[in-house]
Amino acid sequence: MTEQVAVLGVGMHPWGKWGKNFVTYGVHAARAALADAGIPWRDVDLIVGGETVRNGYAGYVAGATFAQALGWNGARVATSYAACATGAQALDTARSRILAGQSEVALVVGADTTPKGFLAPNAGERWDDPDWLRFRLLGMTNPAYFALYARRRMDLYGATSEDFAQVKVKNARHGLHNPNARYRKAVTAQDVLDSAVVSDPLHLLDICATSDGAAAVVLVSAEYARRLGAERPVRVAAISTVTPTFPNTVLDMPLLATEPSGVVGAPERTFKEGIAHAAYEEAGIGPEDVSLAEVYDLSTALELDWIEDLGLCKRGEAETLLRAGETTVGGRIPVNPSGGLACFGEAVPAQALAQVCEVTWQLRGGAEGRQVEDARVGITANQGLFGHGSSVLLTL
Amino acid sequence: MSDTATPAIEGWFTTGPEPALIGSRCSTCGCVFFPRTEGFCRNPVCDGESFDDVELSRRGRIWSYTDAQYQPPPPYIAGDQWEPFALAAVELPEGLVVLGQVAHGYGVDDLKVGQEAELVVETLYSDDDGERTIWRWKPIP
Repeated sequence: MTEQVAVLGVGMHPWGKWGKNFVTYGVHAARAALADAGIPWRDVDLIVGGETVRNGYAGYVAGATFAQALGWNGARVATSYAACATGAQALDTARSRILAGQSEVALVVGADTTPKGFLAPNAGERWDDPDWLRFRLLGMTNPAYFALYARRRMDLYGATSEDFAQVKVKNARHGLHNPNARYRKAVTAQDVLDSAVVSDPLHLLDICATSDGAAAVVLVSAEYARRLGAERPVRVAAISTVTPTFPNTVLDMPLLATEPSGVVGAPERTFKEGIAHAAYEEAGIGPEDVSLAEVYDLSTALELDWIEDLGLCKRGEAETLLRAGETTVGGRIPVNPSGGLACFGEAVPAQALAQVCEVTWQLRGGAEGRQVEDARVGITANQGLFGHGSSVLLTL
Repeated sequence: MSDTATPAIEGWFTTGPEPALIGSRCSTCGCVFFPRTEGFCRNPVCDGESFDDVELSRRGRIWSYTDAQYQPPPPYIAGDQWEPFALAAVELPEGLVVLGQVAHGYGVDDLKVGQEAELVVETLYSDDDGERTIWRWKPIP
């Protein structure tokens, strides 16, 4: 299966707060990806859009919106919603159609315009909605969830605020030369520690912002890539979009409680471990084969969780890896060479695709100023609301 | 907290000297869910459709904790005087972890992962109907 679908083009609209409509960003990214692939829009036979439920009615940010903006070309159309994993699920839809022989050239687009400040639930009283109740009854914001995970690392594994700050320092350095990053400025550990505490132990600079942005990927069948003369294109080795296994025993945003393990026992793997495991299993490779990882650093501490969830080190050892410089470009297993969410901020329906764009550039050897040497296998990982998560494995 | 205080959400916890959260126990497989549920059991090997209300253990161990140093956005109802508060996730013997604010007067410096905590009921905010209460976790030294 790994031989059959190729990433032929990737493109992005720079992340930031640009004050424009998301369609503008999406079209920019789509055209960049098509130009990168050397494929005209009229040859695309499937367009898949990543959707967010935030900006108006659900169908608004959808495949058809981008298809119309690019100019109706009669392509088949699909739309995906999977919270932070939206882009990966959209990619999976495109890949499945290609594998089934129903498509040869697919364009996948995700774009978002985000509000300022804390992400808050929609207006109105919704007493059966956990996302509303967690604010109403507990004042439980997104950073507070991230802070719970961070605190566990401190109390269980001896992580320090300095460690978390060093994740930010590293990612800021990685993102310095990334033209699509929103924040391109060196940060010191002291800057992080001097920034206000939002939810103890996390400071403002430990937490990612929300951004506008867009990313697009052109997927094609191996046969189509050959016809086009593409030599050694980047291949999709796996796309994992599994659900958790009952009972999900790690407290999950926006819920007020976990599921009970008292009767049936905890599952073999946590949700995040399961996401990565499914990707490795599908690709037939393991963590030892990975050259680099793009993970969802909604907070600095969460990057350390992901390193372990992906099996890149044992549980509780991510700080050791970080302190030794192994997760920096030039180290054994660079993590977030793009600069990560620390340098981008989150643009939900685009973010999982942005991870795929970065891994593609890395595997091609074209990630200027942040290139991981001899990159052959890259993995992405993210998790979002409501049991959604994804991991994409790309190989040369 | 006055005698006329009422819960900020109905049917989620008992009040009185030994308050407790109210969960739902599946009458087929015995899994206990919080908040309460009805209609279908979420255990994938269980086709149960009926539940009994059950009071959850009042004590558990702290799974993790944090605080809110900025006022959360609506629908959180903040009092006239904004005061940071701590939050804890507590693992109960039933095998589930339940979030809650931490009892008034306690901050993150009073908490530790693995430490015991007990459920109390305190005032969350006041409105035209008087004081509205919520469950909170009180650390046991």
